[in-house]
Amino acid sequence: MNAPNSFRTGPDENGHFGIFGGRFVAETLMPLILDLEAAYNEAKADPAYKAEMDAGLKHYVGRPSPLYFAERLTEHLREGAGPGKNGEKLGAKIYFKREELNHTGSHKVNNVLGQILLARRMGKKRIIAETGAGQHGVATATLCARYGLECVVYMGAVDVARQAPNVFRMKMLGATVVPVQSGARTLKDAMNEALRDWVTNVHDTFYCIGTVAGPHPYPAMVRDFQSVIGVETRTQMLEAEGRLPDSLVACIGGGSNAMGLFHPFLDDPSVKIYGVEAAGHGIPTGEHAASLTGGRPGVLHGNRTYLLMDDDGQIAEAHSISAGLDYPGIGPEHSWLHDIGRATYISATDAEALEAFQLVAKLEGIIPALEPAHALAKVAELAPTFPQDHLMVVNLSGRGDKDIPQVAEILGTRI
Amino acid sequence: MSTRIETRFAACATEGRAALVTFITAGDPDFETSLALLKALPAAGADVIELGVPFTDPMADGPAIQAAGLRALKAGQTLRKTLDMVRAFRQGDAATPIVLMGYYNPIYIYGVDRFLVDAKSAGVDGLIVVDLPPEEDNELCLPALLAGLDFIRLATPTTDDKRLPAVLANTAGFVYYVSITGITGSATPDPNLVGQAVSRIKRHTALPVAVGFGVKTPEQAAAIAAGADGVVVGSALIDALRATLDAEDRATPATVPAVTRLVSQLSEAVRGVRRQAAE
Repeated sequence: MNAPNSFRTGPDENGHFGIFGGRFVAETLMPLILDLEAAYNEAKADPAYKAEMDAGLKHYVGRPSPLYFAERLTEHLREGAGPGKNGEKLGAKIYFKREELNHTGSHKVNNVLGQILLARRMGKKRIIAETGAGQHGVATATLCARYGLECVVYMGAVDVARQAPNVFRMKMLGATVVPVQSGARTLKDAMNEALRDWVTNVHDTFYCIGTVAGPHPYPAMVRDFQSVIGVETRTQMLEAEGRLPDSLVACIGGGSNAMGLFHPFLDDPSVKIYGVEAAGHGIPTGEHAASLTGGRPGVLHGNRTYLLMDDDGQIAEAHSISAGLDYPGIGPEHSWLHDIGRATYISATDAEALEAFQLVAKLEGIIPALEPAHALAKVAELAPTFPQDHLMVVNLSGRGDKDIPQVAEILGTRI
Repeated sequence: MSTRIETRFAACATEGRAALVTFITAGDPDFETSLALLKALPAAGADVIELGVPFTDPMADGPAIQAAGLRALKAGQTLRKTLDMVRAFRQGDAATPIVLMGYYNPIYIYGVDRFLVDAKSAGVDGLIVVDLPPEEDNELCLPALLAGLDFIRLATPTTDDKRLPAVLANTAGFVYYVSITGITGSATPDPNLVGQAVSRIKRHTALPVAVGFGVKTPEQAAAIAAGADGVVVGSALIDALRATLDAEDRATPATVPAVTRLVSQLSEAVRGVRRQAAE
């Protein structure tokens, strides 16, 4: 495949990133996603929409989020690094992009703000969403409360059980949480159920998708909303170090925090890009959520992308310690970046993520969510291989408060 | 040469009635029972058969058909076995049209070209693939038409007059009008609204229009049959099947008769209604 002149021009008018993406939805939904696309294009060109968005990001979300030099993690990893080929000292300088400091505790709110403001422009009064870890559900419930909109969140029954704090938060915010009992009862089934709701309530309902997946225009639209992460990182790194970062690392379930960080840097060839999928119990066990490493291209939830499935095209159940990464697919733009080689996709196991979760809590006083703990686990492997003037940014996409009960149980502590 | 679908709808029109289109999920609750049921449907009064291809993530389907698909998958059903089922059916029935209905991924993974060859040779007449709107016609619709298989499109209440020509452009065999905004087997359609919608579609196409989603009883089928070229019943048949299964979801001697009994009642109801002045 020939490298394009720019990696940032996609998708095409039909929503394709190379062979990936598209609009694989039932006819009932087709007119709705065409309306959505038109409304989004109109909003993008409207200075009033941008002003409303900027004000919301600043005063409600609390942006910009800091770019923080993780000094003790950097030192710790340098201590464990051997010398380089020419005897030089190794251990990259690590920065955290602090998305966990956003209102609601993760990057999810960036996208939800954009979509809710769009829903208001379109006159939609009822918002539906799917959620895995509950972070997207909480962000959606929050903005629905803020703007007085009805909110229904679909969540797999398995996830409802393992993310109880977020379920309670959503209810406090006035949302209805529907535990999904069909299929594997996790994120993919929550998305199926949200699509079934949308097909039924076409006239008043806006589907607020939480990641860079689904039918066009969602992957591009959600990416645009999340790109504020990378745009800020660029400015902040230039201020802090006078140059661009050398590498970016982010965890990937559907891939929205990663795409938000990566996209503004895709055309900077000096910037290495690493996406970290969830390897669960390990790729060879088959119990994982690493679609790019362990899957192949297929069609689900409105787009063509890498999916975990069997030889008959039946979708497999993903596994991850992290409910937010427990999805058998990935955003189509990641599939494309993987195939053309612009980004490198690696994976971290449950055990590695759990170790990084504890390490970063102790060294930096920051309890990360289990999702970015996967990225941190790979930072611990990658950083010691780079020289000390290598600038590495990891997206700390969410905070770990929601994971405390689950981690305590795994570590054998009763709370 | 006329296709089986054309011939069958024309025959029903000559009788002055709508066609009864019955849906069952292939392999539900197991291959043998499902094949026996498939073979029994025409005698019970099914004019056209939609055979559901099980998929793990049927996002347009309600609880009944979701559960049927999972039962079939658990019993080992695959797309290859579904084609085997059609081939076995064709040995005893050369006239009843069979339309495969499902989602794109199993076909995509089977391989579109190989699938079209195998489906045609097995005796499949048409395809309904829920998640392939006209915007994705290059994927399967156009290759299917070239291979001599009808690609039957869903038109819905959200398909307005502006969009209808695009939806109908590459549609062949018949048009499947989804009578409600919703999933299969959910709300009950309003026969008056359905009749108006069918008339609207028929202003744009000469193809027969069959109506489905939410038609459950012989009375409802008769009401819809008065204003359409075909009535599709699916979830109600699946419910009748499920009610006969044992505690482990296995078939019992009552399984096939329970479904064919309901098909007979539906057929009687549909045959009892003269089509209102066509067009």
